[in-house]
Amino acid sequence: MDDDMVFKALADPGRRMLLDRLCEKNGQTLSQLCETMDMKRQSVTQHLGLLEQANLISTVRRGREKLHFINPVPLYEVYERWIRKFEEGRLSLLHDLKQELERNEK
Amino acid sequence: MTDKSASFVYVTFIRTTPEKVFEAITRPETARRYWGHENVSDDWQPGSGWRHIRTDEARTVDLVGEVIESDPPKRLVISWANESQKGDPDQYSRVTFDIEAQGDLVKLTVAHDELQPGSGMLNGVSKGWPQVLSSMKSFLETGQGFDL
Repeated sequence: MDDDMVFKALADPGRRMLLDRLCEKNGQTLSQLCETMDMKRQSVTQHLGLLEQANLISTVRRGREKLHFINPVPLYEVYERWIRKFEEGRLSLLHDLKQELERNEK
Repeated sequence: MTDKSASFVYVTFIRTTPEKVFEAITRPETARRYWGHENVSDDWQPGSGWRHIRTDEARTVDLVGEVIESDPPKRLVISWANESQKGDPDQYSRVTFDIEAQGDLVKLTVAHDELQPGSGMLNGVSKGWPQVLSSMKSFLETGQGFDL
């Protein structure tokens, strides 16, 4: 809802990793997410709470389970507001160049 | 049996009324202003068909389906398939719109399920819905949608 909350939620490697996990497999339970995270269950719960407040994940109750889904809608709003207008064409060129140079360094 | 286990849940909060959100989905003149498409149905009643029509000269029908459940302005459930695959029941997925007032905001939840993992439709909708919902929010709050 709020840009500030989106950026704040993203400003943590653990929370970004949770989003990556949901990107790989959408609709996971807390226990499933805990299995792949090197983190206490309580921390995962807290991170999920912050992500939900920022509307970056949505949850659905299915029977006794609570499933977590990645919600990219606020990210698209950030993209529209902060990226699209800065001329995508040139940015993607720079992005490709950076990838190419970094690959050569390895 | 066909694997139709993939699903998405998208949520957006819009400063508007449930009626306006319902209308933004079901009224062609409104949808065309932020979606690049119109959603057209005779009456949006269960059992009726609906079509997703591009707002270009050719008026290409991209998607078709049936209304499964309708409870304006709170809920709409429709089936959803590519026009080119409309003869194959396995290609139909399901979209549920839940519209709920929360203070001066409306929480719109779009659940898209019964999708085939790895399908082109899955890939398409996972890119499409965030754009459409951001554009709808912008349109309802500012009168201006995005170019889709």
